[in-house]
Amino acid sequence: MNVTIVDYKSGNISSVINSFEEVAKDKVNIEVTSDLNKIKSSDKVVLPGQGSFKSCVEALNNINGLTDILNEFAITNKKPLLGICVGLQMFADIGYEETETKGLGWIAGKVSKIDNQNGKFKLPHIGWNQINIVKDSKIFKEINNNSHMYFVHSYEFIPEDKNVISATTDYSSNIVCSVEKENIFGTQFHPEKSDTMGLKIIDNFINL
Amino acid sequence: MLKNRIIPCLDVKNGRVVKGINFVDLKDAGDPVEQAKIYSDGGADEICFLDITASNENRDTIYDVVKKTSKRCFVPLTVGGGVRSVEDINKLLNCGADKVSINTAAVENSKVVIDSSKKFGSQCIVVAIDAKKNGDKWEVFTHGGRNNSGIDALLYAEKMEKNGAGELLVTSMDRDGTQVGYDIELMSKISSRVNIPVIASGGVGNLDHLVDGIKLGKASAVLAASIFHYGKHSVKEAKDYLDSKGIPVRI
Repeated sequence: MNVTIVDYKSGNISSVINSFEEVAKDKVNIEVTSDLNKIKSSDKVVLPGQGSFKSCVEALNNINGLTDILNEFAITNKKPLLGICVGLQMFADIGYEETETKGLGWIAGKVSKIDNQNGKFKLPHIGWNQINIVKDSKIFKEINNNSHMYFVHSYEFIPEDKNVISATTDYSSNIVCSVEKENIFGTQFHPEKSDTMGLKIIDNFINL
Repeated sequence: MLKNRIIPCLDVKNGRVVKGINFVDLKDAGDPVEQAKIYSDGGADEICFLDITASNENRDTIYDVVKKTSKRCFVPLTVGGGVRSVEDINKLLNCGADKVSINTAAVENSKVVIDSSKKFGSQCIVVAIDAKKNGDKWEVFTHGGRNNSGIDALLYAEKMEKNGAGELLVTSMDRDGTQVGYDIELMSKISSRVNIPVIASGGVGNLDHLVDGIKLGKASAVLAASIFHYGKHSVKEAKDYLDSKGIPVRI
């Protein structure tokens, strides 16, 4: 099996690579590439994302044909795809970080700044927070409700259809921190930095 | 609920762990990769490496340490010390650091913080502030505490937030290595002024100091070195103690 981590120059992805290699050992081949043919023929795709919504969308668009291939992979062919952090946020129709920017439009909704309630909540939301699992998700197999995951973000994904939400976390409000829509999975937290529980989520995705 | 973080810090020199008493008189406390692994297995919420003599010595050893550590520890790794440029930050991130802390370069050239937070995102840019009390204010020191910039630390903290820092790592130069506790006044003043998380550092001698850093100093995270790596306390003991004092921690 091949799992491809999309390297679209969106910032630091070495931790994502390390964690997938740790879980995959020799059983699964982990590719790190922006090569369109390799992505197309891969069994699963991981879409990381660091920095702003705008910078990530721009970086995706900078690679000719990449969004088309991702659309084909996830929407037409319905193959498993995991978005992490801004990778998840880009599923939305639109993001409001820096300026209004169009997302991939895979899950209807928007990405807005977390309400800090006049400074009561510091932003970014950095650190370990508990996830409240609201629906069975294939990537949460053997993950206990209220497990701690590592977060670092200032913006939140607000999907229109609440049925896609698989977990929330409590920071200022109930922030959407995980989604599952058919073959599309996303985590706002960083499984690659969330110790053994995070590695288990990666393992679940690899073994889908 | 978001938990307060406990961050063991390993001072690294030439690829080996050391901890200075007021930045001099260094002792060797082992291999940083092994130490980091012990901490992450023990429940450390993040690991911090500070390359203390990086400004004037060969830096390649730290890249190797970061590379090895990031393949074995799956909690966030912050690396600082001798970071001069956007290129230095890029190199550390590529080796597997999740955040980079910038000290002297942030004082000398604010473009480093502005440019790097734009390029890599604020989430991986930590500005380290070494502050020392002078009369009724605190001044920012650079070059590992050797030079006084004369800049007011509170105003500087606000400026760094504006420039794009994702977090501030605030070290009291008066307290560092003394084990008498954090400079609570400094921590709480800076934390009240900015909307980004503050990590308290410098002066931890016992577990109550960690409690004070969070409760009184209003820090989001507490960093400590010697109380952990000379085996005085484990990270787990620290977390259990904080928990017993009603502080939310990841257990």
